[in-house]
Amino acid sequence: MLGKTADGLFWMFRYLERNENTARLLDAGFRIALTRAAAAENEWDSVLTTVGVEQSFREKYDRMETTCVIDFLLRDPSNPSSVMSIIQTARDNARLLRTALTRELWSATNECWLTLRELLARPVRERELPFVLSTIQQQNALLNGTLHGTMMRNEIFNFARLGTFMERADNTARILDVKYYLLLPSVSLVGSSLDNVQWETILRSVSAQRSYHRLHKGDVRPREIANFLMLDLRMPRSLAFCYSKITDNLTHLAKDYGVRQPCIDIAESVFARLKEHSIDEIFESGLHEFIQDFIRDNNALGRQIEMDYRFYG
Amino acid sequence: MNAFMKFDEMFGMGDTHREPYRDYHRWLESQDTAWLCRKSDEAETVFRRIGITFSVYGEEEASERLIPFDIVPRIISSREWSRLVRGIRQRVQAMNAFLYDVYHRQEIIRAGRIPAALIADNEAFLPQMMGVSPPGNVYTHVVGVDIVRIGEDEFYVLEDNARTPSGVSYMLENREIMLQMFPELFAQINVQAVGNYPKTLRRSLGNCAPYSHKGTPVIAILTPGIYNSAYFEHAFLAGQMGAELVEGHDLRVVDGRVAMRTTQGYAPIDVIYKRVDDEYLDPLNFNPQSLLGVPGMFDVYRAGGITIANAPGTGIADDKAIYSYMPDIIAFYTGEKALLKNVPTWRCSEIDALRYVLDHLPELVVKEVHGSGGYGMLVGPTASNKELAAFRNKLEANPANYIAQPTLSLSTTPILTKNGLDPRHVDLRVFVLVSPEEIHMTPGGLTRVALNKGSLVVNSSQGGGTKDTWVLEE
Repeated sequence: MLGKTADGLFWMFRYLERNENTARLLDAGFRIALTRAAAAENEWDSVLTTVGVEQSFREKYDRMETTCVIDFLLRDPSNPSSVMSIIQTARDNARLLRTALTRELWSATNECWLTLRELLARPVRERELPFVLSTIQQQNALLNGTLHGTMMRNEIFNFARLGTFMERADNTARILDVKYYLLLPSVSLVGSSLDNVQWETILRSVSAQRSYHRLHKGDVRPREIANFLMLDLRMPRSLAFCYSKITDNLTHLAKDYGVRQPCIDIAESVFARLKEHSIDEIFESGLHEFIQDFIRDNNALGRQIEMDYRFYG
Repeated sequence: MNAFMKFDEMFGMGDTHREPYRDYHRWLESQDTAWLCRKSDEAETVFRRIGITFSVYGEEEASERLIPFDIVPRIISSREWSRLVRGIRQRVQAMNAFLYDVYHRQEIIRAGRIPAALIADNEAFLPQMMGVSPPGNVYTHVVGVDIVRIGEDEFYVLEDNARTPSGVSYMLENREIMLQMFPELFAQINVQAVGNYPKTLRRSLGNCAPYSHKGTPVIAILTPGIYNSAYFEHAFLAGQMGAELVEGHDLRVVDGRVAMRTTQGYAPIDVIYKRVDDEYLDPLNFNPQSLLGVPGMFDVYRAGGITIANAPGTGIADDKAIYSYMPDIIAFYTGEKALLKNVPTWRCSEIDALRYVLDHLPELVVKEVHGSGGYGMLVGPTASNKELAAFRNKLEANPANYIAQPTLSLSTTPILTKNGLDPRHVDLRVFVLVSPEEIHMTPGGLTRVALNKGSLVVNSSQGGGTKDTWVLEE
């Protein structure tokens, strides 16, 4: 496969995953904005920080108003991370590597782009937001389903999945990075209703409310949330789950090509750290430091994959 | 040829359908126009979803557009088709013999059959190709021959496309959509399949691999990238052929071979199906400003390390000034009379011809010698006085840049409109694959239709659409 094609696949699926995450974060933030006007500003601030556009938002707007945040994150062409900018870039990538995609997967991508373009042609009113966000998620589900249902399990699939899980790991880690203080055992407000809402929001932003409650019988505790999002191998958006998939796909590539590249060592050492430490140990040595190290290593892995598989000339 | 006689593919000169349309016409008569219009909308939705688009240069807003598709097919009988096949085969054979000669001993010039200046002063002539013999002496691996018809038995070759003819993806997708929309039609009428084209292309290109290659030849399609108007087609063919789709920056010369950067290092290529212009092939040998080419690729080519299809320099065979000599070229290399007629052509470089053209401008079609895509052309009968005057000035300033032809009354085929059928002018591009083993023509082609009533310009950049083209089984 061409290095360019691997690059295109990797980024196409990073972008698609990013959009899904933005939609989730917006959904969780909007819930707070609706129910607790006072907390809304803070919540939007952390959503924008998680997406990494807080500064560019402030350059454009003076106030943290819900309608502005929605517009900036969904439609703003000047924001390269807006859902519309991202789907445009993802589709451009897909055009570039059409030959690597099944006809069905290309159509699903193109249809996703057509649907979002139509949906986001005009500013989204608050009362339409839930519909818009669920459409974004549905379109993504359609794409991922088509990937699974029609694509061969080969190098093409591996690079696509690497993109998905590198981005997902980054996103979950960023949520933890922005909200880690809420999960610390020392937090004085433990048990207050504010915390409960905040914790629910964290779970909501990774679509994990129901699975968490099922697991813990409704008992919401910060330590368990941290464990769930970081170390639980059953939870499809946890750091450990992402890294089990990343190492799987890199191992598959190494077998397929008959060459073990340096990137797999990085991935295995990150995965080992997630498997070998308990959540208590992580809290003890510092949750924030752990997460920041993780984000740094995840970025380093991305760069190493690019080099090892010759994404660029 | 009589400009006032109008020949329709479905109805001939009269009101009753022609024989090739018998079954289709019977089916059509029993359909309701509103239902057909719905099917037509449905087809458009599918095209949009699959993303079968072309780019229009200089139109930012509509940079990706659909080529309008009309659901009434253009039908050709097997007898008509075999006649076209014989004529085109002869023409393409002569074309390749001519190219070999032009880039070797130039016997045709020595024999005085075409003027030396026509080659030597022609921009499409590539001196770097002198003495180069591609495998099997095949120069034009893929040719698109544009055919027009003006009567029951009157076919003309309007143009040869021997550089990088496009449109074949529309031939394939148009059929695909017709099969989806009207499956029952294909059960009733025996239409020859076109779907084997990508496989045949792969085989044909593989048969032209360098003599030195071993095993299954590695084939790649070289595209200028996603902003090229035909990018969809490049990607489509690569996908269908199982070939890699590469750009210049994916390629490099490694150990005397042209190789592509893969996730596992550089892998050599045997055959490049190039969809870029010659001058963008290799900045060392051609255009030093080009960012699209591969430095040193032409040296590999000359040393026999790679096949480039079509060979660089084939433009000398489809140049509009050369076109007028095609009957002589065919006679010279095959010893036969051309089976398919050329449209009479005045070469404005000749003083008598220029005088005639200037005197008859309102009746003629005038084209730039190197132009394509319907740009920079004058259609006399529909031009305003102002346009005629402006063109007259251009002609006088640089006569050698133009040729002129009579305005042919191209045959019409009905299209579906809200008010039922309405005739529009059409042409036909036939796709030809050339290898040392055979000259192959897929039974079908791309029928382009001028959607504006009365218009004779079928180019997609100028309001043209396409139709599925059926060649019936015997």
